[in-house]
Amino acid sequence: MPDFLLTAAAFVLVLVTLGLIRILRGPGDADRMMAAQLLGSGGIAALLLLGVATAAKAVIDVALTLALLAAFASVAFVQGASRADGDDSKETRGE
Amino acid sequence: MTLALAVDIGLTLLILAMAGWTIAVRDTFASVIGFVTYGLLLTLVWVRLAAPDVALTEAAMGGGLTGALLIGAAARLRSTEAATRTERPGILTRTLAGILSAAVTAALAICVLNLPEPAPTLAPAAAANLAATGVGNPVTAVLLAYRAMDTLLEAIVVLLALLGVWSLAHDRAWGGYPQLRSTADPDGILVYFARVMAPIGIIVGIYVFWVGADLPGGKFQGATILAAMWLLAVGAGLADLPPVSRTWLRILLAVGPLVFIAIGLVGSVIAGAVFAYPDGYAKPLILAIEIALMPTLVLTLALLVAGAPQRMPPQ
Amino acid sequence: MKIALDIFTILAVMAGAFFFLAGTVGLLRFPDPLTRLHALTKADNLGLGLVVLGLLPQTEWPLDTIKLVAIWLFALLSGATVGQLIARAARRAGPTP
Repeated sequence: MPDFLLTAAAFVLVLVTLGLIRILRGPGDADRMMAAQLLGSGGIAALLLLGVATAAKAVIDVALTLALLAAFASVAFVQGASRADGDDSKETRGE
Repeated sequence: MTLALAVDIGLTLLILAMAGWTIAVRDTFASVIGFVTYGLLLTLVWVRLAAPDVALTEAAMGGGLTGALLIGAAARLRSTEAATRTERPGILTRTLAGILSAAVTAALAICVLNLPEPAPTLAPAAAANLAATGVGNPVTAVLLAYRAMDTLLEAIVVLLALLGVWSLAHDRAWGGYPQLRSTADPDGILVYFARVMAPIGIIVGIYVFWVGADLPGGKFQGATILAAMWLLAVGAGLADLPPVSRTWLRILLAVGPLVFIAIGLVGSVIAGAVFAYPDGYAKPLILAIEIALMPTLVLTLALLVAGAPQRMPPQ
Repeated sequence: MKIALDIFTILAVMAGAFFFLAGTVGLLRFPDPLTRLHALTKADNLGLGLVVLGLLPQTEWPLDTIKLVAIWLFALLSGATVGQLIARAARRAGPTP
């Protein structure tokens, strides 16, 4: 069982690597913003498989935190990108 | 070559490639995304190194919070992007920088490879005295019992960083609201997401804080999760960050380090050394420090990401 | 009983890995950011769900099991939301060259 889970983890990591290569190469921000989401699903799967295979402590708590913060990071990316195209002139004017 | 070793080598190569890409890419936005990806991947490395507390901190701070901070900076720097891209240091500077980096790396590698086997460590002594501290997690014991002074200084440093960020405010906006009011559509999906996610995230944050006494976790990781959830709600327009001139805000920011210092000084009077805990009182004192530090940390982290005040305070 | 649970884990994790493969193939081959986004958020989330399902028998009841299911629900929710947000940003950015 641990060997099987480790193989699955390695497989998922290879897929995440391929996905990252494609995403980070993609011209434009829209492609790159997906990186956090890719890690949020693939990275968590690899983490859970690795953790259960090696009986690591508290890996599920780490995966929980990773899920929350990867989602937060994705939202921050989208807001950062849209703020960048928006007009900066609004920033210094008082409301 | 065992399977676990192969996975570790693959992970290391991936992370090195990620780090290299982050440095090499020209666009600031892309390099921030690379940095966040690198941080999230590093979480797996920490789990492989049997350091779940560090993994939690890496996922929370290195992935989420630092990412949001840097993205805000990258967004603000967008207008200067074209100008900086045309500047490049001369060939002499770049060669010298390359040689210097290689020399430092070589020195580090030589030092690490020449460590005596087994490496000198205080871990057995720390684990042996765990029962006296009253906590079950050795990392928490080190942070709040054996080396409480360092944790205090950390908290104060983060607070000073916040003051530094505030000092960047425009004169007109001094003491005002840190962020623009969100322009999110009130019926849109971001609001729905924040409404569902934030309460659950708050529960998870408090859980991670509470469980840190005996299992991996702690106040820093819990505070980061809480700050991230607050910022999520702010970004969706459901909440607003207070103006930095508010008295309650400043009191809460100061109360954490002040309670910490007070407990340390009390220790010097009752138990003989600064930050020595009297017998049997270790656990409640540690709990008091953690509870006092939580609001300070949550506010500091959220306000650090939010940035310098930009809107005028209410009159 | 343990054998049955182990077989269930193996089957579910293999199915999850298959969906990850499908998602990554989509990510690599689709021509457009929007279609790539679709492959990423739908297939990878299903892959994660199956992996979580497969790992459920390997963990302790009840707290770990609840946390695992919670992880999957978070991933689902954030996948749906982030997919929408990125799609909107991609559409606003206009067609890529």
